[in-house]
Amino acid sequence: MASTSSREVAHNGLWKNNPALVQLLGLCPLLAVTGSVVNALGLGLATMLVLAGSNTVVSMIRNHVSEAVKIPAFVMIIATFTTCTELLMQAFTYELYTILGIFIPLIVTNCMILGRAEAFACKNPVAISLFDGLMMGGGFGLVLLSIGAIREILGSGTLFADMHLLFGPIAENWTLHLFGEGYGFLIAVLPPGAFLVAGADLDSPARAAPR
Amino acid sequence: MATLGKSISFNSVVLGIFALITASLLAGTYLGTKDRIADAKREVAKRALLEIIPLEQHSNDLLMDTLPVPANFLHTLGLDDEGGDINIAREGDEPIAVIVPAVAPDGYNGDIQLIVGINIDGTLAGVRTISHHETPGLGDKIDLKKSDWILGFNGKSLTNPPPSQWKVKKDKGDFDQFTGATITPRAVVKQVYKTLKYYNEDQERLLKAARKKPAVTHQTSEEANNG
Repeated sequence: MASTSSREVAHNGLWKNNPALVQLLGLCPLLAVTGSVVNALGLGLATMLVLAGSNTVVSMIRNHVSEAVKIPAFVMIIATFTTCTELLMQAFTYELYTILGIFIPLIVTNCMILGRAEAFACKNPVAISLFDGLMMGGGFGLVLLSIGAIREILGSGTLFADMHLLFGPIAENWTLHLFGEGYGFLIAVLPPGAFLVAGADLDSPARAAPR
Repeated sequence: MATLGKSISFNSVVLGIFALITASLLAGTYLGTKDRIADAKREVAKRALLEIIPLEQHSNDLLMDTLPVPANFLHTLGLDDEGGDINIAREGDEPIAVIVPAVAPDGYNGDIQLIVGINIDGTLAGVRTISHHETPGLGDKIDLKKSDWILGFNGKSLTNPPPSQWKVKKDKGDFDQFTGATITPRAVVKQVYKTLKYYNEDQERLLKAARKKPAVTHQTSEEANNG
């Protein structure tokens, strides 16, 4: 396993073994918060941060914790990173935090994170584990982002609305109105829209691969 | 057996060290972000206050001009022993409206923090949700960011609708509920009604106290900050 190349790790995380599209992990937040780009990006970044942090620490302690207690130790690490992320989001992007609500603390239950700790970080050196966390988190974030963008365009006819919640006042004017004022196609921003858009995307890496 | 005992105690020590490290990390982050989080919350509360009674409708510093909630009414308003502050909006020296903090304790997921703006004639100037933990997509429509349901309180009073109608439609009252969520709007309607009742009972004393207290203007509060 030590020979895993960073290229392979990146390809796995972003495409071939994409946590959302192929492994079908973390679908609950995927469906719940992708009503707009800013929500998707907020949760995607938070998840990536937790995953990169937990992968790094899990890899650092991999030789010091025995088989019997490794799961509780991993869970403690993941919970710590999630709570820290939650506090930081409250401090710096409070309004986005109130919109994402329960899904930030729920990152702790995202199977993807414990899954990567078990399957990768506890068997690999620190640097490549951090990279794996970034790539897996990035892959998840990109899927969130694309579903968020599709639903925002279809549902509200805008793109990048409310980005100032994440980037501060410079982003006030980033909103693109694609179909003019007053456009709205409610079903795309409601839960059924999430299922439709996500369903259309599922397993696309396998379908795109030559048989 | 000896090895089992040894491995149990070794593992407990490892886990214990882990718990210590993670707890201290958490404590550090908490201490580091605590002030900023309090600031962010205050900022949101401030914006909500100014939404209910916009700047052009009052002349004092609404945020600094406060009176404490009297101890005997804390329970009615759902507040705990820490109490709360009632903000007073004035035109010149004369109070025109008060904004009362209240907590609806029986939301679907615990407390719903509200602020209730009441004009001195007893009609509602507006209600806002400050924080809640209601189900996303169902109960969170009490938040103005998600739905304008809460604006439906504007202009209502203890007699309009009559007391028997201060309920959600499902309970044969006057207020809409949302599809799939009755408990949340029921809790909010009930607490807004209680808050109006509080104002009705405490009105005389409250307004007297407000008139006795000099108005806090933007200038005086700035001086206070500088001093």
